[in-house]
Amino acid sequence: MSEIRAETASVVDRIRPIALGGAVVAVHFFADTPVFVLAEETVVFAPAADDPRVISAHSGAILATAADEDRIVTGGDDGKVVTTDTKGATSVIATDAKRRWIDRVAAGPDGAVAWSAGKQAFVHTRKGEERVCDVPSTVGGLAFAPKGFRLAVAHYNGALLWFPNAQAAPERLEWKGSHLAATFSPDGRFLVTAMQEPTLHGWRIVDGKHMRMSGYAAKVRSMDWSAGGRWLATSGSDQLILWPFQAKDGPMGKAPQLLAPAGQKVATVACHPKQDVVAVGYEDGLLLLVRIEDGAEIIGKRPGAAAVSAIAWNSTGSMLAFGCEDGEAGVIDLA
Amino acid sequence: MTDKMPETAKIPVTVLTGYLGAGKTTLLNRILSEPHGQKYAVIVNEFGEIGIDNELVVGADEEVFEMNNGCVCCTVRGDLIRIIDGLMRRKGKFDAIIVETTGLADPAPVAQTFFMDDAVGQKAKLDAVVTVADAKWLKDRLRDAPEAKNQIAFADVILLNKTDLVSEADLREVEARIRGINPYAKVHKTERCAIPLPEVLGRNAFDLDRILDIEPDFLGANDHGHEHDHHHDHDHDHHHHDHDHGGLKHYHDEDMQSLSIKTDKPLDPDKFFPWVQNLVAKDGQSILRSKGILAFKDDPDRFVFQGVHMILDGDHQRPWKDDEARQSRIVFIGRNLPEEKIREGFAGCVA
Repeated sequence: MSEIRAETASVVDRIRPIALGGAVVAVHFFADTPVFVLAEETVVFAPAADDPRVISAHSGAILATAADEDRIVTGGDDGKVVTTDTKGATSVIATDAKRRWIDRVAAGPDGAVAWSAGKQAFVHTRKGEERVCDVPSTVGGLAFAPKGFRLAVAHYNGALLWFPNAQAAPERLEWKGSHLAATFSPDGRFLVTAMQEPTLHGWRIVDGKHMRMSGYAAKVRSMDWSAGGRWLATSGSDQLILWPFQAKDGPMGKAPQLLAPAGQKVATVACHPKQDVVAVGYEDGLLLLVRIEDGAEIIGKRPGAAAVSAIAWNSTGSMLAFGCEDGEAGVIDLA
Repeated sequence: MTDKMPETAKIPVTVLTGYLGAGKTTLLNRILSEPHGQKYAVIVNEFGEIGIDNELVVGADEEVFEMNNGCVCCTVRGDLIRIIDGLMRRKGKFDAIIVETTGLADPAPVAQTFFMDDAVGQKAKLDAVVTVADAKWLKDRLRDAPEAKNQIAFADVILLNKTDLVSEADLREVEARIRGINPYAKVHKTERCAIPLPEVLGRNAFDLDRILDIEPDFLGANDHGHEHDHHHDHDHDHHHHDHDHGGLKHYHDEDMQSLSIKTDKPLDPDKFFPWVQNLVAKDGQSILRSKGILAFKDDPDRFVFQGVHMILDGDHQRPWKDDEARQSRIVFIGRNLPEEKIREGFAGCVA
């Protein structure tokens, strides 16, 4: 159990619970409507004024998900890449020719979509053209750069920086080990990967300079950038780990901030879109809102039966949605 | 251990190994086609070989990743981590997982995956390593293919297959060879992998009681109807020649041995753990498997551990029963084991 926070302020009375009936792997907001991606088959719209609406997106497990303001991209073990728009209409972007699992997806600029199956990364461009990039080993992570049409593809022993519209071979960033997730800093200056070992690796794009961010107890499975990219919030420990990215060199030579210890591993993190506040979900189901400046905490949800597996803020930061591995889910109105 | 899930809630995983042509695919097709009321998710290395269309059959790339900056003993199957993570999204759709490895695969990275990846270890547990061996060709492969020997050494269950292709004498010979490498595995003789599946799946072979209890009469093989009236202490005397104990010939493999040590004296955990950790750190490359049940001084619980190369995993299992001898036993299977050093070291762990 998490440490009892008897004195801590709480917003648990503002939770609107949502019945989903299945494990949650991700949640996203379309305006003020939270949309939950379940582990199998469906995407569920949960508007405040109406009953949840269940959309069938895949015929099996949903393995990967990404989103922007007007669509959710999902990849499944049915070999399909599917987008769901704000109205709940789905379209199949691609079906893998060999019906391989779609392991990773990313949402890019102008409606572009990226996905991976085995050792291949694909991009579906704005014009509807499909590009493919062969990767030395199975793709571990995909991330579109914040500017330009460029995709980072993390794999074993490094990452590729690929311009899908260019003929040139992708640029290679090398670092020994298995790189499993990738994220660009919002200013595009850094690429960070989470590795099979409990550590993060980073490259400064301009010169390929390495950054090692280590000291974790477990593999980092959740990462998010705070407003303006000042901090990189991560799971992987029994407290919230925040790496400082304000300086020119990023976190090089700097120690991370450690906040909100709960005697439980952090499972999921999501940063407030405007303020330096992080929503932190733990393996026992506790959800805390943590202010970076002083570590002040507010309880969002008390511990439950399963880990918090998904958290999202709406674009103004007035609403927070969460979902858990056992299907528990809700929306907190903070306005 | 901080695992939230009780052991019983974890999905059991059977690792299926065997040299090229031994009959793995035959066994897999049996598992997938026979009515047994169980649903298996199967991770195969080559899609085409399985003749059955099943949405829970997943192709794997057998990607072996080094961890911790290139320590060869700390390898894991990266693809397996990803696939098991994906399969767990369909929890409830299957009862167990079977992982087929290629004929040339070293089983170590597969086994290590379950100890080294926290997410996989939380949701799945290794049930048994099952090795299919070709009765006709195994002897040759043990000579020229180190992979084949590793697969025998790693096994909890061995299907000595294609017995119809060899004479009774040859069969006894090859079984003795297997015993010389791995006396702890359960050996079944089969034709075309015909065997009741409960003998292979859901064995809980990592339940150490079974492995360690089977040891004292490992040559007995009573469940196969063979008569061997001797009891062999299995102390190695460093003699590298064959010697016949009436029934089954006893071979000492030139480079792969097993070692079993026991004591009735309670152990001191403050001596044992540093010793065993130091042992596998130094000699882990040659130690393929290690297993043990331990009785610590002033500790009401049995401590069980198992290891693959340099990785050890252990936990308090349950209280000792009143009528149970508080005996500590450890076994090692490996190459050129430093036997005297291990015996002396273990003896030094007595409280």
